[in-house]
Formats: sequence, structure tokens, C-alpha cells
Amino acid sequence: MENFPQLVPLVVFAPLIGLLINLILGRWLGERGVGLVAIGAALTAFGVAVLEWIALANTGYAPSVVEIGILRDWLRIPAAAVDIAWQFRVDTLSVTMMLVVSGIGSLIHIYATGYMHGDKMYPRFFVYLNLFLVFMMLLVTGNNFLVMFVGWEGVGLCSYLLISFWWDKTQKDAKYGTVGWKNSLAGRKAMIVNRIGDFGLLLGIFLVFWTFGTLDFYKPGEVPIAAAHGAAHAGEGEAHAEGEAVVDTHAAETPAEGEALQAQPLSAAMGVFNQAETFLAEGREVNFGPFSLPIQTVLTLITLFFLLGVTGKSAQIPLFVWLPDAMAGPTPVSALIHAATMVTAGVYLIVRSNVFFHAAPFSSAVVTLVGTFTALVGGFIALGQWDIKKVLAYSTVSQLGFMVAAAGLGAYGAAMFHLVTHAFFKALLFLGSGVVIHAMEHGHHHVAHAHAEHGHEEGHHEEEAFDPQDMRNMGGLRHTMPRTYRAYLIGTLALAGIFPFAGFWSKDEILADALNAGFLGGKLEGYIAFGLLFVAALFTAFYMGRQLWMVFFGEPRTEAAKYTGERDFGYPVMVRVLEVLAVGSILIGLINIPSGFWIFDPVLPTHAFTDFLAHTVVYAHAGSAQMLLAFIAVGAGIAMLLLARFIYGRHPVVDGDKDPLEVREQTAGIFAYSNARMYWDETYYRFLEGPFNRAALWLADKLDGTFLHDFVHETLLRDAYNGATRVLTDPVDLGLIDGAVNGVGRLVRWVAGGIRRLQTGYVRVYALSVLFGALLIMVLLLAPLLRQMLGM
Amino acid sequence: MIELPTLESLNVVVTLPALALVLGAIVLLLVDVFLPERRRWITGWLALIGVLVSLGITLLTTDRTGEAFGGMFVADSFTAFLNVVVLITAAVGILIAMDYLRRTDMNRSEYYFLLLFSTGGMMFMGAANDLIVIFVALELLSIPLYVMSGFRRPETRSEESALKYFLLGAFSSGFLVYGIALIYGATGSTHLPAVWAAVSAIVEGGSSAVYLVLLGAGLIVVALGFKVAAVPFHMWTPDVYEGAPTPVTAFMSVGAKAGGFAALLRVLVIGLPSLIVAEQTAAAWVDALALIAALTMILGNFAAIMQTNLKRMLAYSSIAHAGYILMAVAAAGHPAVANQGVQAALMYLLTYAFTNLGAFGIIIAVERNDGSGVSLDDLRGFSRQRPWLALLMAFFMLSLTGIPLTAGFVGKWYVFWASINAGQVVLAVIGVLTSVVGAFYYVRVIVRMFLEEGSADLAQPRLPRTLRAGLIVAGLGTLIFGVLPFLAADMTTGIQIALAALGGG
Amino acid sequence: MQPTVFVPTDLYVMLSAVLFVMGVLGVLIRRNAILVFMSVELMLNAGNLALVAFARQWGLANGQVFVFFVMTVAAAEVAVGLALIVAIFRTKRSIDIDDLHEMKG
Repeated sequence: MENFPQLVPLVVFAPLIGLLINLILGRWLGERGVGLVAIGAALTAFGVAVLEWIALANTGYAPSVVEIGILRDWLRIPAAAVDIAWQFRVDTLSVTMMLVVSGIGSLIHIYATGYMHGDKMYPRFFVYLNLFLVFMMLLVTGNNFLVMFVGWEGVGLCSYLLISFWWDKTQKDAKYGTVGWKNSLAGRKAMIVNRIGDFGLLLGIFLVFWTFGTLDFYKPGEVPIAAAHGAAHAGEGEAHAEGEAVVDTHAAETPAEGEALQAQPLSAAMGVFNQAETFLAEGREVNFGPFSLPIQTVLTLITLFFLLGVTGKSAQIPLFVWLPDAMAGPTPVSALIHAATMVTAGVYLIVRSNVFFHAAPFSSAVVTLVGTFTALVGGFIALGQWDIKKVLAYSTVSQLGFMVAAAGLGAYGAAMFHLVTHAFFKALLFLGSGVVIHAMEHGHHHVAHAHAEHGHEEGHHEEEAFDPQDMRNMGGLRHTMPRTYRAYLIGTLALAGIFPFAGFWSKDEILADALNAGFLGGKLEGYIAFGLLFVAALFTAFYMGRQLWMVFFGEPRTEAAKYTGERDFGYPVMVRVLEVLAVGSILIGLINIPSGFWIFDPVLPTHAFTDFLAHTVVYAHAGSAQMLLAFIAVGAGIAMLLLARFIYGRHPVVDGDKDPLEVREQTAGIFAYSNARMYWDETYYRFLEGPFNRAALWLADKLDGTFLHDFVHETLLRDAYNGATRVLTDPVDLGLIDGAVNGVGRLVRWVAGGIRRLQTGYVRVYALSVLFGALLIMVLLLAPLLRQMLGM
Repeated sequence: MIELPTLESLNVVVTLPALALVLGAIVLLLVDVFLPERRRWITGWLALIGVLVSLGITLLTTDRTGEAFGGMFVADSFTAFLNVVVLITAAVGILIAMDYLRRTDMNRSEYYFLLLFSTGGMMFMGAANDLIVIFVALELLSIPLYVMSGFRRPETRSEESALKYFLLGAFSSGFLVYGIALIYGATGSTHLPAVWAAVSAIVEGGSSAVYLVLLGAGLIVVALGFKVAAVPFHMWTPDVYEGAPTPVTAFMSVGAKAGGFAALLRVLVIGLPSLIVAEQTAAAWVDALALIAALTMILGNFAAIMQTNLKRMLAYSSIAHAGYILMAVAAAGHPAVANQGVQAALMYLLTYAFTNLGAFGIIIAVERNDGSGVSLDDLRGFSRQRPWLALLMAFFMLSLTGIPLTAGFVGKWYVFWASINAGQVVLAVIGVLTSVVGAFYYVRVIVRMFLEEGSADLAQPRLPRTLRAGLIVAGLGTLIFGVLPFLAADMTTGIQIALAALGGG
Repeated sequence: MQPTVFVPTDLYVMLSAVLFVMGVLGVLIRRNAILVFMSVELMLNAGNLALVAFARQWGLANGQVFVFFVMTVAAAEVAVGLALIVAIFRTKRSIDIDDLHEMKG
């Protein structure tokens, strides 16, 4: 059993082997073979993850670091005496992520065999899915920030590939209604927004390396200092004695005069987190050459850079705009990448770096507020959407906000707990919506064929207009698809946080933690978070109720909805997966019940999951039960579900009709606001661009020069700003690539155009440029001497 | 008093790799004259054998270090590493050219001699220990390239590119000679270690000769900056890359750059590292190089966005990559980071060589016999007709972007790291930002191939075997150094030239 | 055997600098490819003059030797350059370098 950790590279290599087999032999294996290989690979990874878990439990949860001989000094910089090993880290946090990713991942692989049935790019789809698993596993198992970054970039790439999966037109006509060009554009948008976030993360990583001289989380055999200190709660008494006892090669060494800058003295024996603890205990300053900063400030900077990465990958304000568009991809992809696993990478990053965030209260507050507002905004927008997947997409944004907010409040256990439960029920809901959409399409085809027998033209006409994802076209599906309905109901209740489903436990813990942070901790952001998250939770219950009643209750509102069913070719396997996830959505909450909770406390171990995590996540602490809060929250949730029934159950909305909320004068404005996604795109323009333009105009007027006006205002400021805001806001018609020419704005075009104009083709102009460069170099070379001579 | 050189003092053994190549080229020149017309195809293979023999000798004699020819030629790990890069470039350059030359009616044997001589020039650049050698090697590198650019005569674009390259190249040589003259005037020597010693003395003594050294260094940087296509000496690059036959462009974009950077590192890091004036902590040329690096990265990446011709786009891209390498060279001006900077620059050259050769190889595969078919739009729907080739091209593009697990990422990582260690944080940030910009146009290629409809009208129904071999070498290099970067790092470990030169100080 | 007139090195270097600048300006101003090329030769010879002058100053021969190298290489350049110019003239019937701007942008 001690050797179990040695198996951990398999979680990366099993999917890798699977994808290679499918890549090379996919054409000959047939659907069945491809599916089996891919599922086998995912299940192998899951099996290894389970073994790791067992091994951890049997060795007192001691973390281990695994190396592959050949990768021992993976990235080495001899001159700087730096080796970055590609090590795998097995600890409770990484095992949790491995279990979630491979477990949910395997189920979604199985589901996809049904969902993608008959698609001509079937093998390619599974290659991408396995590739995603490879990178996601790299992300969560890496023992240093660089390997994590490799995975981080890789999952972004897979996301891009999979969003754009149905890019071609022929596919569009044949089977899948509205997919087509939109997808590749959405894919590009996802990629560019993520690049912005990645840029932040990379800067953060560089800063980490500068400060600590290594990127390893912990070195092999190293124990977190605070954990060695004893209590997991040790927030206050920063490790002193133990801190110095471990290893300290950081004896005060100031760089000698005249010596060029080097990174801080390197420590071969400590990972970044323990170094951070010792630095904090010593109150050390970090040298940046001309100036030095206290370690707290540096950690604040690092964590803020990380936050930028988190907002990109985990779809937080202001970079969340890519995620809803990403739903253009196939539904299993939405479930796996854009709901259950990849988008939670940001949460993982925060929890992994909890030592940093703990030491940077300012960053944590910012994280909390970002998460809170994202939760609120996402929830609000979800209220007014018609597209079944869009509702779930904004719901995902909102739930990710919950996790990030919890992590910001220091409730790392609660954040991870919500991550786990959310993975189950949101995967369930997405996959359920996939079944519904599939069924609606088949129903529609059935109808269209019937029509076609009467008159060809009409049948074709409707083909263009019908949207199988529009909830107004559904209704009454509970009769035609009972098994899907039951599973979906469980998912809805879990997401709405109704007792005793999974979402109840995790959401309640986050709310309780926010409340504690506010009232007991006296943190302002705690109050704000609690208030707004509570409202967001109400929104959650309402939009899920709305969806439930619009999709499954009432009478079928279109012909297509009448002819839905769940018995045809792909369905049995899909529905079975739904049921497995439904069971999970009921039970998974029990892994982390709060202490003192009603009848559960004596029967089940309390906050088992948090304790499990606390072996790794130094600053995880167990939440306490707030019975009153739980009652109020569940009561309010049920009330919102009933309110949704009251509004949508009685007045079924047909396509073309107005929403009941829209009809009533008092709520019409609110609904329109939500339906238009809060004018988020326009908001960027109105609130950011308008005042900015006025300010820039004012400046330009004051400076009052034709040159300054035209050049500074028009070109540099306005276009750059327009470009930046458009990247963030344009719904789908702005892509990464053509964005460079069309979207990012005239600035790029102006710069590039200017360069092109210089490139005249005339030899003499080129020679002049060389001469200009020569003069420039001369000036730069002589400048220091001249300055010295002039005594400046 | 003239000492007659003995064989020991010539120390010919260490020059064997370069010597073998140049002798091979000369022998080839003679053999070719006696080959009947229908056997001419042998020339290419003979040239390839010559390159491989030289590569073999290089790999076998990596431990034979020392000076030769009275200290003018030096063989050390730097030389060996550069020889490997250059010879691989030459080998791939021959492989991807063979079929192309045949089908475009350019199958003249001169191509191979010229390529071999130019390669020899590059190898001498890496081994140069004297300013005279640098000058002669630079010309040996350049003159064949001028001719090769015009190889597609009487096509006007090819001729135009040759004449532009030639006139501007000669112009920059003028700067080089005058720069060398000034340094010689200040130090009394052209031998790099001697220059180093003299410059150290000048700086310590506060002599006014330091102005001569500074001016001379500036002029040399201009000339070598021209060779590596650094802004603002880059303007010939897009025109020449576009007009020259594609295999020549491929060879030139990697080889000439490698040679130019080798000379730049030799002159600056061995000859002039102690040129530290006005109580600064780093060599005086660092600021100038840092500024050029920043300009190069920014301009190269932005200009590439607007391009519709693939060769022109890759030309700007190669300008941008020169900027990243310059960043490492600038870092090498900080005494404590000198070794790291040199190693980073070499790593970048190695990774860039594979990736860029591969990208040009794919362009050769899609190019039509009349030189058309290389616009971005011609790639529409490419993935349908040639899925593997498209996949490979996508891989090269990702590598040029610097996505992890490709060689391009490794190169960037080392360069950024060196730069940050040298305290050039602003430069590193510019580097990261511009590499984000780079994603725009590289990914556009992928989109054209995979996500857009069209029928790329391919020149050949089957991929020629030689081209395939070249692409496989390039692809494997990009993959292996991307996934297992320590392999390349191990190769650079021994490169400690900076310290050796700094020995006294 | 004393030298009657000793011309200081400074003057040689100044002359060479003037020649060099004239060469640079010639490249920038001239449009005829052959004249441009001659201007480049002027730059090289400015370098040669400086080398010889410095070599005399230091009393060393290596600078003079370098001059031979430069001259040899320049001759090689001339051979290639003139061949290129002739080739261009055959197709374009012109050696005006401003006519060479087919590729730009």
C-alpha cells in the first residue's frame, strides 16, 4: 500500500494512451471501440484515484511526491542552479480533485457515447475529451506552479477545441439546428479571454519564483509548517519555533554591491508555502533591485495576479463573458469542462495557495467581493433566459461565484465542498438538458417529416426557425420522459439548496461561513457576502423552479414537445448516467455535515471532508451549523420554487408570448434587464466607456492641440479602450483571430498599418531606417557617460 | 619576427567539423563538374552526407576544446552547440529543398554548394575568437545567401529580393568594418580576449578611448542586428523572405539568425562584457539591446497581424522571435546572469530552429510551382485534404505561440527567466504581452486550416519522401524538446563562456 | 632618418569618418544601383583607412592584414553584386533601385 502513490502518473498517462489509440486507430475501431477505449482510459484514471485515496487513508493522510525518473529535472536552468522537476503530488486536495475529475469525467464519457452517436467526428470528439482529462489531471496533480500552468493552458486549449467542435456548415444543416459558425467564434472568444487571465497567472508565477526561488508547493517529505504547528485553526500564532526548525538557508544575505540582480537566495529544501510562512514570521523584505517590499505586500501582489487568472478560468467578473457563449459546444462538453471540472480550476488555485491568500487579507477581500458579485449577477441574468442551456450556464457562473467567495472568506473547506457537490448536480442538470434537447430535436424531426409528406416547402421553412433549446417550445415533458424528469428534479432541488440534497449542505456551509465572517470576524466583506449570496441563493431557487415548470410541467406547447421520448437509440445509456448522478446528488452532501446538526450528528462523522482536506489545506477550518439559518434558507428556497410555480405553472409561455414577469408592469423592467443579460455588454460601454470618453475629451480639450487631440485621444486612448472593452463585451461575433483585425480595434490596425506604410519597398527607406537605428544605438551607448559628464 | 606555425599550434583537430564541411563543399564543387546531367540528383544527397559527416564529427569531438589558428578560432561547448543547431538546419534545409527545386525547375547544383558554404560561415561565426574571423565568417555566410535569394531568376520578385538583401547587407558590412576599426583603434587588437583585457584596462583607467570602444560596439551591434533582423534594421526581412525561394527562406530565417546571434554573443559577452561605464552595474550595451529587443518584439508581432501572405507573416514572426533572443542577450550583459543569458539565447535558437523549419516545410508542401498558393486564404479547408499535415502545422504554430509542451514554450521560458533574473522585469512583461499578441496571427492559421471551408488546391498529390523526412525531424525536435526540455538544457550546461572570459574579473 | 612631417592619427581617423559619412549619404541619396554599391565600397574603404591609421599608431601589423581581408571580401562582394545587377538589368531594363518595390507592406 505504501507503493500506491507510485501509480499516480497513470492518471495522466491512461487518458494519454487512450487518446493515442483513438487518434491512430479511431477510424477503424468503430463507435463501440472508440467509446470503450475512451471510457476505459477514464475509468482507469478513476480507479487509480480511488487507490490513491485508499493509500492516503491508510498512511495517516501523509502527502507524497512522486517522480518519474526521466522527468526528474524536467526544466532545468543550469546557470541559475534551478531545476524544476515534473513531480506528481498526492495529497488530500489533489486526490479530491482527481476523484471529481475522473469520476464525473468517466460518467460523462459514458453519456457521450450515447449523445454523440452517429456523429461523423465521433472519434475526434473522444480524443479531445481524453486530451482534456490529461491536462486537467496535470493541473491538479502537479507539485509546482509550472506543471499546474501547463495543465492550465492545456485545458484552455481543449476547451477551445471542444467549443468549436461543430464548426462546419454541413453539420449545421443536417442535424443540429443552430450550431455552426457561432461555435468557432465562441471558441475564439473563450480563448482570448482566457489568455488575459493566463497572462495574470503567469506574472503571478514569475513573482512567486522571484520571491522564493522555487515553484514547488512543498518539497518531497516536507510538512506544511502550520500543520506541524498542530491545530489546523492556527490562523493567529504564525509558526515560529517550528518555522525555523525546518530549514533556514535564508540567513540574511544582502546582494553585494555591484553584483547584478539575482533571485532571492535559493532554498533547495523548502517549497514556496513553507518559505512564505517563514518569511512572514521573520517579517522579511523581498528585494527587487532598486527597492524592496515587505513580504505581505508581495504576497498581496501575487494573489492579485492569481485572481486575474481565476477570473478568466473560473468565469468571474469581469471576464465571465466567455462562459455563456461557450455553451455552443456539445452538451457533454458543457457538463464536463464548463460546469464540473475545468472552470473550477480557479477555485483549486486559490485553495492550493491558501497560505498566500491567508496572508493577504486585502486580496482575500477582493476575491470575496468578486465572487459575491459574480454569484449575484450570474443568478440574476439566469432569471430571464429562454435557452435551457443559457440558464444553466449563468447558473454555473453564479455557483462558481459562491465557491470563489467562500475561498475568499477563508472557508476553503466550504469552497471545495461546494465544488464537489456542484460537480455532481450541475453535471446532472447539463446532461439532463442534453437529453431534453436531443429529444426535442427528434420530436421536431418527427413532426417535420410528417409535414414533409404534405408539402415540402413548409417543412423546410420551419427547420430554420425551430430552436430545440428554447424552453418556450417545451412543456409537459414529465409525461414523455419520466426518468429524465425525476433525475432533473433531484438536480434542481440540489441546486436550489433544498434539504437533504447535496446543494443544501454545501451552500448552507458557505452562507454560515459568510455570516460568521461578518458577525464573528467583523469583516465588512463578510456582511456584504452574506447578504448578496443569500439573495443569489433565492435567485437560484427561482430560476430553477421556472425552468422546471416550463420544461416538464403543463401541456406540451409545440408539436415537437409532444413527440419527445427517452427510448430511442442513444437514450438508455444517457438516462442511466443521469440516474447515477442523481444518486450522487442526493448522497454526496453527507460527506461533510456540520457538527451539531439535528439527527445527523450522532449518526455520521461530522465535517469529515473538511478534516480530510485540512491535512493539506492548512487554513481550512470546519464550519459550524447555523440551524436557524438553515431553516430560513430552505424555507426561502421552497418559497421561491413555489413562487416560480405560481407564475410559470399557471401561465405557460409560448414562443412569441411575453414572460409573465414581463406582462406585469412592476416586474417588466426587471425582467427585461435580466433577459438582456443586464445589458452587460452595453454596461461596459455605458459605464466605462462614456465617462472615459468624456474625461478623455476634456483632457484633449484642455491640452488643446491638434496633434494631442487626434493622436492621443482618437488613436491611443479611445481606440485602445474601445478595443479592450469590445474584447470583453462583444457577445459572439468577436473572435480571437479576426478580432485582431476587426475587433481589438483600430489601434492595432493603426499600429500595424503604420508599420506597413513605413515598409514602402524602397531600398533607400530601409537604409535610412538602419541609419536611424545606428544613431539611436549611439545615443543610448553614450548617454550614461554624457550624463555623468554633465553631472546629472 | 614571424613565427612559422606548427601543426600543434594550428590545432587543426578542433576545427575538424567546420573544416570537414567546407572541404566537403569544395570536393562537391569539383565532383559536380564531372557528373553527367542525368546524375545531377546525386549532388543533393552528397551535400546531405557532408552535413551529416560534419555533424557526426561535431558530436564525437565535443570534448576536444581549445584554440586553433593562433587563437583566432576557438572550439568550446558554445561552438559545439551552435554547430549542432546550424548543421541540423542545413540538413533539414537540404531535405525540404530537394523536391521543391526539382519541381520548380531550379534544380541547379549551385544551391547545395552555396548552402554548404553559408553553413560553413555560420559555423565559423560560432567559433570566432577574433573580430577578423567574425567579419570574414559573416561574409561567407551572407554572400551565398544573396545568391540563393535570387535563385528563382529571372522571376522579378526573387531578383528584387536578392538585390535588396545584397545592397543592404553590404551597407551593414560597412558598419561592421568601421566598428571593428574603431575597437581596434582603442584596444590595439582584434583578438577577443585581448580586447576584453584592454577594455577592462580602459574602463578602469578612465581613458577617453572608451568613446571609441562605445562607438565601435554600437556599429558592430548595428551590423549584427541587421543580420538577425532586429528592429529598426529589420526592413529587408519581409521583402527578402517573401521573394526568395521558400527553402532558402527557411534556411536563412534560422541559419543566418543563429550565425548572427553567435557573433553577437561572442563580441558582446566575450569581448565587451567589462564595458561598464558611469558606475553602472551592467555593460553599457545592455540598455541599447534591451530597447532594440522591446521594439523588435512589439513591431514584429504587430506587423505580422496584418499580413496575408504566409511567408511574409513568418518573416515578421521571425523578427519577433529575434526580439526574444535579444532579450536574453541583453540579460547576458549583467555579469551575474551572463551564463544564463547565453544559455537561454542558445536554447531559444535550438527550439526556434526546429519549429520554424517545420513551418516553412509545410509552406513548401502547399506552395505551387509558380510560387503562388502561400497566402493565408489558400489554407482554407486544409485540414480536410491533409489532416496530418494540418495537425503538424497547427503544432508548429502553437510552438511559435509558446504554448506549453511545445519547444517554443521552453525557449520562451528560459529567455523570460534569464531576463527576470537580470532584473529586466519590464522587458519580460513586454515579452509576455507581445507573445499574447502573437497568438492572434498564429491561431489564425489554425482557424483557416481547421475551421473554415475551402479547398486548398494542393500542388502535389503526395508528399515527397525527402520533404516528409525533413518535416518529421522538425516535428520530433519540436515535440521532444517541448516535452523533455532537460535534454536541451543538458546540452547547454557546459556552456560557460562568459565566466571563462570574466576569469580575471 | 627622422620623418619630416608626422601626420597625427587623429587626422586620418577624421578623414576616414568623413569618407564613411559620405558613403552612408551616398547609399541614402543615390538611386543607381551601381552608384549605391560604390558608396558602400567607400564605407568599407573608410574602415580600411581607419584600420591602417590605427595599425600605424599601435605599431602593429595585424590591422594592415585585416585590410587585406576586407579588400578580398569586398572583391567577392563586387563579383556577386555586379552579377545580380546584370541579372536585374536583363529582366527590368533598369538598375534604378527605386524601381524595386514590387514587395512591400
